[in-house]
Amino acid sequence: MNAAVAQDYSGAPLGAPVYELTHVSKTYARNKVVALEDVSLTLRKGSFTSVIGSSGCGKSTLLKIMAGLIPPSKGRVVLQGNPVTGPRRDIGMMFQQATLFPWKTAVENIVLPIEIRDGKAAAKKAMDKAHELLEIVGLKGFENVYPNELSGGMAQRASICRMLITEPAVLLLDEPFSALDELSRDMMNMELQRICREQHATAFLVTHSIQEAVILSDEIVVMKPRPGRLAEIVEVDLPRPRTLDMMTTPKFGAIVDHIRGLLDKGEDM
Amino acid sequence: MHPSSAEGTQDTVWVQEVAFIDSVPRWLAMSFVFLVFVGSWQLVTSLGIVSPIILPTPLETLNDMIFVGQNLMTGGYMLGSLWITIKEVIYGFALAIAIGFSLGVLVGETAFGEKAVMPYLVAIDTMPKVAFAPLFVAWLGFGIESKVALAAFIATFPIVVGTAAGLHSADENARMLFKTMGASRMQTLIKMKLPSGLPQVFTGLKIGAVGVMAGAITGEFLGGGKGFGELIRVAASQLNTPRVFSLILYLSLVGLALYVLVTWTQRKVVFWHKERVGAYDG
Repeated sequence: MNAAVAQDYSGAPLGAPVYELTHVSKTYARNKVVALEDVSLTLRKGSFTSVIGSSGCGKSTLLKIMAGLIPPSKGRVVLQGNPVTGPRRDIGMMFQQATLFPWKTAVENIVLPIEIRDGKAAAKKAMDKAHELLEIVGLKGFENVYPNELSGGMAQRASICRMLITEPAVLLLDEPFSALDELSRDMMNMELQRICREQHATAFLVTHSIQEAVILSDEIVVMKPRPGRLAEIVEVDLPRPRTLDMMTTPKFGAIVDHIRGLLDKGEDM
Repeated sequence: MHPSSAEGTQDTVWVQEVAFIDSVPRWLAMSFVFLVFVGSWQLVTSLGIVSPIILPTPLETLNDMIFVGQNLMTGGYMLGSLWITIKEVIYGFALAIAIGFSLGVLVGETAFGEKAVMPYLVAIDTMPKVAFAPLFVAWLGFGIESKVALAAFIATFPIVVGTAAGLHSADENARMLFKTMGASRMQTLIKMKLPSGLPQVFTGLKIGAVGVMAGAITGEFLGGGKGFGELIRVAASQLNTPRVFSLILYLSLVGLALYVLVTWTQRKVVFWHKERVGAYDG
């Protein structure tokens, strides 16, 4: 592993707070719906946090606020000591769809964030790093391939590289593998774990799958709908690195049951 | 277990049936349709069902095509006419692309354009555009300018619609991704929305390419001049139907060339977008 790649902008030591949300609320002015009520959350350096909840629990709103795409109505949103007032270089994001552009090759897609922020010359310089990242995600040899020749899983690997190229302090993952089949999805989750560990990444995952949340996370934020708010933050103290075998252990099952119980309670309200 | 029969160890090989009509190769199928068409044409004319003044025989048409072809090859007066029409088509198309694309970006990208300009464009588009020909003649005279104007006028609207639709075609994820990258509006337009919309832009260009031809010829019918349309009008007024037929066939070659040019450019530019042969829709 290349040392230059294994860094991010936050020189913070593991465990130090990276992203802090304090009493964040969001009310949409248009229809006066309270999407998010009094959410406080701390993401620590090198930790993996998932948020789970039924639809309408405000997790998309939360993610958009954290990405700097929409402003909160109340509360503080602070990343690395600076309030988030818009999209930032130190925020990396990944979506359900790989969203690679078909007129660009894999590497060209990966350096796109650099091209947008710093221009074509900087993007050209970042090519070497893009090649390294492709190697890390197991796509060596696919540098100059166009996206329509990549499978769904390969495309998502490339979009992981695009997210990492700016060395973000936090990775926001919006159901990144939910469009993949279950086998690829399990495999990609293990890949994601490995990459996050190697990069000491601070990750925040939105998911619909309890199993996925438990196998990946240190902490799971369970949310309740109408209005969207925290139900409980569940600690997952399974050892690292996690393996797929762990999904059959009683401890794993107990955590899943506990979260399912929380979600069911949410449904009754 | 397995019944011990003779078939027990045989490979399960069977033939999937393909209907004969679907198995004919393309060249043979096309030739067949052509022959049926020309054959019935010959039949209808030689049996005297239709008067030869109204519909010439295929042979008469072929003879006239050879005559017109010789005139074109040897640089006769018809070549000059054809060149005038080709110029009208090229200028008209270039003008339509410039105006159509600009208006398309205005309408597709800005809320102002969509709210304030689009309704007027739709209103004008619903008018029979050919009816404007006398106006163009009155404004621009009997030269090629009035024909260029009509050709461009007809071809502009599909290009506007194609461009605007193309700009709207970028998906929500791509927009969000560009936002998270802190892209400016101009960057989003040039690096994402326009390339995403190119297939629709080319759909507009193809429809425009057909319209520009119709516009130039209509302009010549109604506004005189020395183009190929004028030759057709004169031949028709002399009841020289074989000539009308052969002129139309040569003219269609020009239209076809333009269409092929647009399609070829599309393949080169939008190399990632595969589409069916002869498809209009992107």
